[in-house]
Amino acid sequence: MTPRHITPGHRNKLRLLALATSLALGIGAAHATDITGAGSSFVYPVISKWSAAYAEKTGNRVNYQSIGSGGGIAQIKAGTVDFGASDMPLDEATLAKFGLGQFPDVIGGIVPAYNVPGIAPGKLVLDGSVLAKIFLGQISNWSDPAIAALNPGIALPASKITVVHRSDGSGTTFNFTNYLSKVDAAWKAKVGEGTAVSWPVGIGGKGNEGVSAYVKQISNSIGYVEYAYASQNKLGYARMKNSAGQVVQPDAASFQAAASTADWSHAKNFNLLMTNAPGTDAWPITATSWVIMFKQPKNVANSKVALDFFKWAYTNGQQQAAALDYVPLPESLVKQIEGYWKAEFK
Amino acid sequence: MSSLPTTLESINTDHRSRSDARHDAWFRWLLKGCALLVLAALLGAALSTLWGGREVLFGQGLHFLTTAEWNPVTDTYGALAPVFGTLVTSLIALVLAVPVSFGIALFLTEIAPAWLRGPVSSAIELLASIPSIIYGMWGLFVFVPFIARIEPALSATLGHIPLVGPLFQGPPIGLGLLTAGIVLAVMILPFICAVMREVFQTVPTRLKESAYALGSTTWEVVWDIVLPYTRSAVIGGIFLGLGRALGETMAVTFVLGNSYDITGSLLMPGTSISSSIANEFNEAVGTHRSALIALGFLLFVVTFVVLLVARLMLRRLSRREGR
Repeated sequence: MTPRHITPGHRNKLRLLALATSLALGIGAAHATDITGAGSSFVYPVISKWSAAYAEKTGNRVNYQSIGSGGGIAQIKAGTVDFGASDMPLDEATLAKFGLGQFPDVIGGIVPAYNVPGIAPGKLVLDGSVLAKIFLGQISNWSDPAIAALNPGIALPASKITVVHRSDGSGTTFNFTNYLSKVDAAWKAKVGEGTAVSWPVGIGGKGNEGVSAYVKQISNSIGYVEYAYASQNKLGYARMKNSAGQVVQPDAASFQAAASTADWSHAKNFNLLMTNAPGTDAWPITATSWVIMFKQPKNVANSKVALDFFKWAYTNGQQQAAALDYVPLPESLVKQIEGYWKAEFK
Repeated sequence: MSSLPTTLESINTDHRSRSDARHDAWFRWLLKGCALLVLAALLGAALSTLWGGREVLFGQGLHFLTTAEWNPVTDTYGALAPVFGTLVTSLIALVLAVPVSFGIALFLTEIAPAWLRGPVSSAIELLASIPSIIYGMWGLFVFVPFIARIEPALSATLGHIPLVGPLFQGPPIGLGLLTAGIVLAVMILPFICAVMREVFQTVPTRLKESAYALGSTTWEVVWDIVLPYTRSAVIGGIFLGLGRALGETMAVTFVLGNSYDITGSLLMPGTSISSSIANEFNEAVGTHRSALIALGFLLFVVTFVVLLVARLMLRRLSRREGR
């Protein structure tokens, strides 16, 4: 589209101009190959990796701005981007009101991360109700009988637990508190779920990196982070007893098991959180984020490219996802999404 | 022949003076515009935060100002904990930074040999130019582990003194009001120090030398000559630092612990107005966003009140001196 004799500087200016126009008017850029998305910071690393590989393959570029789920939803509602991404699914009424559709893009796991001297990573076993009681402040010592019952043979120190949570609003917090609400009635009544909640105890770290840093520095602490941060920072991560009563290890297999055993077929518009999934191998705190798009977009060409991008990512993006400790969607779910596209998107 | 140049000249000067007057008028308007722009920006920022936070400020009114519960799930917001954290950390920072900067400024102007003044002065200026995120990272990765190690000793010694004891009792996690206050102190120290050094240099040598000649010690010269001479500028410098401490965001967010609690201990985590906003703004919608903007308005008010108090203090000081 851009003539060859135009210098790179010019081209950048043109591109900026095109981006500015598309942002301002909500219509596509001069060339249909640049699409824009905005939203969740949870998927930002993998979308930027994907978009680089996708641009190499097809020449189409995906510009994704990680401005937070709330911002992403606002932008797609206003029609200033081609797709939004949110860690929280939109409800039926909102989707219908704005003519939007949504589908999951990639899976990630959230793990309880701890720093207890003498207990190696992956040795500690927790279950949902103990985790909830720790974050409620009802279990405040590592030697508590409830923890000991889950960990026979491990010498637990008689030290006070320091709880670390996120200080910023985040999809990680939303999924984590959703899980605790599902498994513990007291948590549901006292705290509830949300991207930011009123924490009964503990200190707040900014971002996954903030929580990782605090857990690493403070002895006898426990927090929750995305799996990638626990594995890259060599934090102690806990194994979890899932809803089937099995103790599972956080890894790609258990995250994918959660995604494939979650009851997607009954969830209209994929409005389903994968926490506390029923499978025997399922990791209980598994999360996804949703891509939100207009079902009948003003700019059909851009929307087509966006769908093609995600289709490409489902089939060819595994490597990039795995390198960043995300997990690609299981095949059964991809089939359902493609069916959803055919039925709902024009 | 002789009258012509005169008329021409008179026309010329007349023309010139008229155009000069016009230029002057333009220039005056331009300057006035510049000054008004600042006022307009200030007013605009205040009003827009007031407008953005109206849902919470007017909807919840006093409840917002007098309660400490901050719950985005139930949409109940109370600003007391962030306001408390902001004021306490800034106060700690002032208590620590003022005496130290006073000492540094005095050393540089009164005592230091000439060869040392240059390097130390530039070091202070350098300290002032470090971005706050660097202070935050230094605070989190270097200072917090250090303070976590000395906190048990702090609790064991200071913690047993009556009255102030409870201030120093708490879990040794390294994060909290005290840590944030100390990091803030390091950050505002160069500002206060730079102002003090500048104004101490303006004290006439004659005055100081007369005092020395009368047998004063260095301390007496400083306390009775230098400080009274520069008092209002020194207080101005202190409030410049306080202004920065009140609004500091990133460094505080890193080391304060970000929990909405009002505690009696300086070793416990807290939160501040600006760090609450920075933390939660990204994912906040609806009432939550309104509450954060209302917090921003509150920061406006707090800063304004603090500066007002400073002005009143200065006025009372000068009145007492009979000026």
